[in-house]
Amino acid sequence: MEEATTPIEPSAATAPQVVAAEADPHAGAHPPHGHHGPPTGFIRKYIFSIDHKVIGIQYLLLAIFAAFVGMFMSVLMRLNLTWPGRKWTILETIFPLGAPGGVMTPEFYLSLVTMHGTIMVFFVLTTAPQGGFGNYFLPIQVGAEDMAFPVLNMLSFWVTLVGLVVLIAAIFVEGSTIIGNTDFVNNFLGGGGTGTLGPIGGWTGYPPLSALGKIAGPGQGAGATLWITSIAIFCVASLLGALNFITTLLNMRTRGMTLMRMPLTCWSWFTTAILALLAFPVLLAAGVLLLLDRHAGTSFFIPGGLVFSDAVLANKGGSPILWQHLFWFFGHPEVYIAILPGMGATSHILSTFARKPVFGYRAMVFAMFAIGLLGFFVWGHHMFISGMDPRTSIAFSVLTLSIGVPSAIKTFNWLGTLWGAKIRFTSPMMFAIGFVSLFVAGGITGLVLGQTSLDLFIHDGYFVLAHFHLVMGVAAIFGMFAGVYFWFPKMFGRMMSERLGQLHFWPTFIGVYGIFVPMHIMGIVGMPRRYASFQEYDFLRPLDPLVLLVTVAAIVTAAAQFIFLFNFIWSIFKGERASGNPWEATTLEWVTPTTPPPHDNFGGHLPTVYRGPYEFAVPDAPEDYILQTTPDAGEENVAAGAGHATAGQGVQGSSGNGHNGQH
Amino acid sequence: MSTHAHAAEPLVADDWSGGTFPYHIGHRKLGMWLFIVSDALTFSALLIGYSYVRVSSDAWPAPFAFYPSIIFSTVMTLCLLASSFTMVMAVSASARRDRRRARRWIGATMLGGLTFLALHIYEWLHLINDYGLKPFSLPAEWLARWPQASPLFGATFFAITGLHMFHVLTGVIYLGYIALRIRRKTHEDVEISGLYWHFVDLVWMFVFPMIYLLSVDFHPPGH
Repeated sequence: MEEATTPIEPSAATAPQVVAAEADPHAGAHPPHGHHGPPTGFIRKYIFSIDHKVIGIQYLLLAIFAAFVGMFMSVLMRLNLTWPGRKWTILETIFPLGAPGGVMTPEFYLSLVTMHGTIMVFFVLTTAPQGGFGNYFLPIQVGAEDMAFPVLNMLSFWVTLVGLVVLIAAIFVEGSTIIGNTDFVNNFLGGGGTGTLGPIGGWTGYPPLSALGKIAGPGQGAGATLWITSIAIFCVASLLGALNFITTLLNMRTRGMTLMRMPLTCWSWFTTAILALLAFPVLLAAGVLLLLDRHAGTSFFIPGGLVFSDAVLANKGGSPILWQHLFWFFGHPEVYIAILPGMGATSHILSTFARKPVFGYRAMVFAMFAIGLLGFFVWGHHMFISGMDPRTSIAFSVLTLSIGVPSAIKTFNWLGTLWGAKIRFTSPMMFAIGFVSLFVAGGITGLVLGQTSLDLFIHDGYFVLAHFHLVMGVAAIFGMFAGVYFWFPKMFGRMMSERLGQLHFWPTFIGVYGIFVPMHIMGIVGMPRRYASFQEYDFLRPLDPLVLLVTVAAIVTAAAQFIFLFNFIWSIFKGERASGNPWEATTLEWVTPTTPPPHDNFGGHLPTVYRGPYEFAVPDAPEDYILQTTPDAGEENVAAGAGHATAGQGVQGSSGNGHNGQH
Repeated sequence: MSTHAHAAEPLVADDWSGGTFPYHIGHRKLGMWLFIVSDALTFSALLIGYSYVRVSSDAWPAPFAFYPSIIFSTVMTLCLLASSFTMVMAVSASARRDRRRARRWIGATMLGGLTFLALHIYEWLHLINDYGLKPFSLPAEWLARWPQASPLFGATFFAITGLHMFHVLTGVIYLGYIALRIRRKTHEDVEISGLYWHFVDLVWMFVFPMIYLLSVDFHPPGH
């Protein structure tokens, strides 16, 4: 409707449709940062780059590396659960203390749980969808030359990398022949003498054990210190990133890019950035308090009267529940930080390959915001068993269940987008459909867990494990895969192999259901989380075949990821050359003058946007899609000198030569 | 450059249609506002955590006598408030492009901040050395008066005021940098540093009542 009433820039219809970059009304006061020319040296171009595209790829590669590390750990856990006590000679070589004689110790299993969770949540699920794709495509999709703060952007990445290095150091710091048992580790990091590998507190790091240091037993020494430090570092990096994303999106949208013309990916990155901006500072504060408890002798999270080694601790006055409140005030928004970008990418990709507009665009935007907003008021559902007042838990329960409403809106809109479509079943589309499937399968059990009375029974078991892995883990990973297959041609200028993509999809899709569906059953039977072995529990013996099935599925799924890895690396160098718009999509990343886009994204001329992001299958249009940069017929008339704009034609008319020859 | 921008008819009418800054502020100012929001959440987490442990404790010491403690911390508060006033003057001078005066007012602001820091550190040392307050324990004298008192008094006091002190120190350094290079800085740069400074002051307006005024000793021994 804006098109009909706005005055028209006379030169707008000349192809390519651009306005001068200097057309920023504030250009005098705030120089556009396109002023930095493309860097030439290798280090400034690829290592310490301030180009958001390079930083996005750096984030993505970091996340892929972290994902494979985390996946390796999950396979190790499955091996131990299925064949406890078996000797794995290779493990002794890598982890001499964690697996003495090649047999995993229970403590080592727990540190694998901890490291798997932390690496996956922070350095994969938070990093790749937001830091990776968001960094690369948010500025392009809103028509900007770069992020608002390019140097800060570079810092965010490098701080994140430091966080990952510190985290991985946590598993090697104690008991290692290289750095273990040095004065630094023993005195400054609070290590020494435990002889285990890595922190074992889980990704939630619940006190009081995590607040006490090495006296709390194995896995709470120097490794736990590094683990908290890593999370604090990651918080800072995410904060800086979130600030950058919000500023970019608000201030740097190109002419005509109204909020309601933004692709849903941009909305999802925007919502995610707001969540990160509000959630990470709370975790940062909590992490600092936990470090003070461990190293400054305070007792924020340590209650009185704890007994260790027959001695009563002097600490008193603190509350472990306080940590749970602070942690989950961050932790619940965090799961939306992981999943929302996947939702955005799924909407974007479904529409593109269904060749239909997103069903209910506005509803999608509001649903996303509703999910983000409600996410801040439901942290208590992680704490139903903490001794919470039943009235409080009812409030948290009702709020939690109400998230089902916007989630259902999104799901039905995805189905509405697919309804009656001539779908192009490409690899990105397969993974986007897989996302919808997994989101529904995992989300539906959220309605079970959100109810206090049911949660009291199945909390801390495999049911919960299956729920959150499906809905925020695997679904988000599928969103990332969809994003990689979809945007790879733009990022690297080559296509990924479609055949390998399909070959990757099917074992992964079947495999993850093979892993997580049986886990629901195990959870109902009563199998608890975070146990290194179930050999001593007779009532769980009948589950042995399922345990084996899950492990086989996990190994198959993990193996299938190497198809992806091979496809990714091979296609960077040898893939078929991609055209500028191989998917015949509509948004701004497909109108860049070159592929991959030049240093300033649009070759010195920012595009002008005339329409919404998903104009597929428009009647009477020459093609089945219209680029966002294509002016309306009425507007073209103006440019041709036919007089004033003919209002009211809406989006029906099309210029016919609107997209500027990118094929 | 601006004239060039306005030469063409604007394509879109309102602030939210792209190609313009919707809030009429540049990236850095918007970025500072967002940083302030996020930093406010950090302080909120600490203050709410403090409230949580305080209400769930059996007893909480109320050691700050009206004189000298509260008088002293009120003087600190006045220093900080005055520095907010001088910062307003600095921004106002900068708006008139009077850089010399702006620099002087920023100098006065830094002086207010430094005085606050000096008084605050003096107070910390007084509590630590003269009373024996530690982050992990209460002085014996206080424990005698409030036998069930939580040792978290010291922990929360030092953590919250320490973080605030760190912010004040950062602010003084930041203002010093702006003052030093004021000739190369725009009015907006001065404004942004002012935003940060006012935020740090505002945080104190929560810390002061919650940490100090809620712990006033109304019946000090010997009175």
